[in-house]
Amino acid sequence: MADKKHKLLEVKGLTMDFGGLRAVDSVSLEIHEGEIAALIGPNGAGKTTFFNCVTGIYNPTKGDVLLHPKGLKTRRLNGLKPNKVTEMGLARTFQNIRLFQEMTVLENVMIGRHCRTKSGIFRSIIRDKSVREEERQIVETSYRLLEKVGLEDFANEFSKNLPYGAQRRLEIARAMATDPFLLLLDEPAAGMNPQETDELVHLIRKISSEDKIAILLIEHDMKLVMNISDPIYVMEYGKKIAEGTPQQIKDNPKVIEAYLGDDDDA
Amino acid sequence: MEYFLELFFGGLTRGSIYALIALGYTMVYGIIQLINFAHGEIYMIGAFVALIVAGICTIYGLSGVSILILAGIVAVIYACAYGYTLEKVAYRPLRGAPRLSPLISAIGMSIFLQNYVLLAQTPDFLPFPRLIPDFAFMEPVAHIIGSPELVILITTFVTMILLTLLIKKSRVGKAMRATQQDMDMARLVGVNVDRIISLTFIIGSALAAIGGVLVASYIGQVNFYVGFLAGVKAFTAAVLGGIGSIPGAVIGGLVLGWAESFAAGYISSDYEDVFTFGLLILILILRPAGILGKVTKQKV
Amino acid sequence: MTTMMQEFKQSIIVSIWFVFLTFPLVVVRVNTMNNVVEWRWMNMVWIAAGSFVLSYLWRYMLARKLVQKKVEEAGGDTRGKLQILLEDESFRYKAMGVLLIVALIYPQVFDTYQTTIMISALIYVVLGLGLNINVGLAGMLDLGYVAFFGIGAYTFAIINHHFDVSFWLMLPVGGLVGCLFGIILGFPILRLRGDYLAIVTLGFGMIFKVVMENWTALSFGPSGIANIDKPGLFGLDMNLASHTNYIYYIMIAMVVFTIIVTNRLKNSRIGRAWIALREDEIACVAMGIDMARTKLSAYALGAFWAGMVGVLFASKTTFINPASFTFMESAIILSIVVLGGMGSILGVILGAFILILLPEYMRAFSEYRMLAFGAAMVLMMIFRPQGIISGLRQKYEYKGLKGQSNDG
Repeated sequence: MADKKHKLLEVKGLTMDFGGLRAVDSVSLEIHEGEIAALIGPNGAGKTTFFNCVTGIYNPTKGDVLLHPKGLKTRRLNGLKPNKVTEMGLARTFQNIRLFQEMTVLENVMIGRHCRTKSGIFRSIIRDKSVREEERQIVETSYRLLEKVGLEDFANEFSKNLPYGAQRRLEIARAMATDPFLLLLDEPAAGMNPQETDELVHLIRKISSEDKIAILLIEHDMKLVMNISDPIYVMEYGKKIAEGTPQQIKDNPKVIEAYLGDDDDA
Repeated sequence: MEYFLELFFGGLTRGSIYALIALGYTMVYGIIQLINFAHGEIYMIGAFVALIVAGICTIYGLSGVSILILAGIVAVIYACAYGYTLEKVAYRPLRGAPRLSPLISAIGMSIFLQNYVLLAQTPDFLPFPRLIPDFAFMEPVAHIIGSPELVILITTFVTMILLTLLIKKSRVGKAMRATQQDMDMARLVGVNVDRIISLTFIIGSALAAIGGVLVASYIGQVNFYVGFLAGVKAFTAAVLGGIGSIPGAVIGGLVLGWAESFAAGYISSDYEDVFTFGLLILILILRPAGILGKVTKQKV
Repeated sequence: MTTMMQEFKQSIIVSIWFVFLTFPLVVVRVNTMNNVVEWRWMNMVWIAAGSFVLSYLWRYMLARKLVQKKVEEAGGDTRGKLQILLEDESFRYKAMGVLLIVALIYPQVFDTYQTTIMISALIYVVLGLGLNINVGLAGMLDLGYVAFFGIGAYTFAIINHHFDVSFWLMLPVGGLVGCLFGIILGFPILRLRGDYLAIVTLGFGMIFKVVMENWTALSFGPSGIANIDKPGLFGLDMNLASHTNYIYYIMIAMVVFTIIVTNRLKNSRIGRAWIALREDEIACVAMGIDMARTKLSAYALGAFWAGMVGVLFASKTTFINPASFTFMESAIILSIVVLGGMGSILGVILGAFILILLPEYMRAFSEYRMLAFGAAMVLMMIFRPQGIISGLRQKYEYKGLKGQSNDG
């Protein structure tokens, strides 16, 4: 079934060394159109480092990150700057929320539109008609995204004043404003209560089905992962130790061992 | 050849002073990632206090090396007190604030202390008594290296050895290194981080004061502004060697001292400061981690 | 009762500590020429009393800050009355209108001397607004900003000296040369972290001054360049008073122009990118913003403004030398931005007026000017990092969209 779908992201043998430490050790994975994939594993398994390598924040030591946008040429992402990666259609959120605190909620989302718009300094000073029109569109798109994540009532609040769960949803809205076809979510449910988590599941499903955006998420909440993702990739000590459907992962002895060995998670 | 040696020793002397001040920058930066802009002012205050003590002593009839030692001790005590207060007033309330805030506070403190000395004392250059006598045994080589230079070299050398021992061997030194590596972790294992930070400022200030007294008695004058330029240059030395690294500060200081000395001696002394800042800019662009610094990745 | 005693004890300790700390510098003064020691015991009393009172104030302010933080965390409102008033747009426009009228009739009411002082305050307003682009909006601490001011001034002075080119032609040229230097210098250094950037820009400022002092063939060295042309008006002959007024009005126009431009930029695509960069560089690039380009644009634009005001400064004083472009000038401009409120246009204007006019009109105070600036920078960072007036963010109304989002 999976092989019929268009392959969007292909990571081959990704390796990242920090000094003598190998944080990610030849990990390969593929994300297809319409998938909600998950990357799980104990703390310190190298999941976030993997994200950082894919999104250009780190330059991987070895391996390939290939992006196959639909109808466009394949692009190799290694060594590209993060902003170029985002321009290619791959957006992300952060594990330790990184919002622009002194900006309003709406402005945070508007930043996401930056790479899809183009008025420069001089035109911003003159503020001609097309600039005003572009600005109007930025506000409109951003506002719709806020509605999608249920934050439209806070549009003009400073983002630092939002409750924790709302900040996570705002990060998702901001990432979506960059018009991605693949969204990388780094622990989107961390610190959320069960009700907020339910809303998040609903939101992720909606993004996947309505906006046709493929999703790769890192998550520790196993209930959430088993509930929405397929396929699931498991990492431990920088290596990929398993992949498969939720059922396959649940039954995989290696995975069970990895998790039983580390009581913090599960 | 003699000219070369003269420049060599001149650079060495200069460089060892830079190294002494640079240590204060590097230690503070290593622990709280702050360029302590007011560090140069501590150096200047050290020199001023020494001048005042020496002045009183001379007027009341004391003389010779005893003045130098007394003035040096009082200067170090006061510099430590200023360094401690500086951290407590201007930096501690800003822990956890955005990165630019403590830096601006430091610049403010630097301006404040300069003008404080200017108003309390004088805007003019004050003559600093020559406290280091000319040793007879130095006579034959005096045109290459004088007695003051010798004293400076020996003092800085001994000070640095003491500092290294303190950091490598003592409990406090261990706690300092732990705090530098990971402040939260150090706190968890029972290190009193606030005290360690205060201590870092105190040690750095003491080193700066020693440098201040030596330079002032070598050059023979001080004013409220001498700390600023010395501070910026010493910071350059710290960056050159790799900020956060103690041997780096020493190497950086010496390299900068020689670079300035030779550039001024062989090219032009008018542009001495341009060489220094040019070097700083080049280093920061080409190798921001410095000579001995490690290239670290920012955690995301 | 016991807390009162405790507070008292604490203040006594602080007082003793500061008496000890300031003793050698404030009480003793040695005159090595005449071999006399001057003991100024009165100063000690002042220090003791002053630090005693200030320590109470210090603790009160710290406690207040803590309370405010708690209120803020609970979602409460901690804005001051002025801030709330200023966030009302109609009030803002009315206030600006009144200010503009006052500004326009000012030279008619006051004499030439007052107008001259006002001109220098306005120069600092524009410099503050220019630096505000770098520091306040984009979060890049520039400690050598005065170098661009100097580049503008020298560009005009040198070209005017050799080729007699007029002020009006050179005004944009000065800005462009400043901008050009901003790009050349900024290009390699803008990747640097915030604190390194501060030091490197400080270095630029120093290099500029040293070069101007020593490259006599170009800059005439420390003696400077004199007889720079004042701005002309269709070749009209003007006396000193009318010339001052003329420059004053040019300056007002420039301030208005600067306000309009920075205000537009602040709420534009570029301005938002600057602020986002200030807030979080990594998140910013991850959202698709080109860091180098965005930083460079802010840096170059800030330099453009400094260069332009530099031309005006040279033309106003008709004489410049390297002494006008020291680090202290950069520090003054920076404290204007910090005091007024980083990112806030109104705040910076207010900051410039306070810092420049106060010492002018309170002569007794002017000696303590730099001391107070330094202290103000520290205190503002600790107690009011947002400045007198914090940056206002544009509010967007989009109520109409609710409910119709399904059809799109």
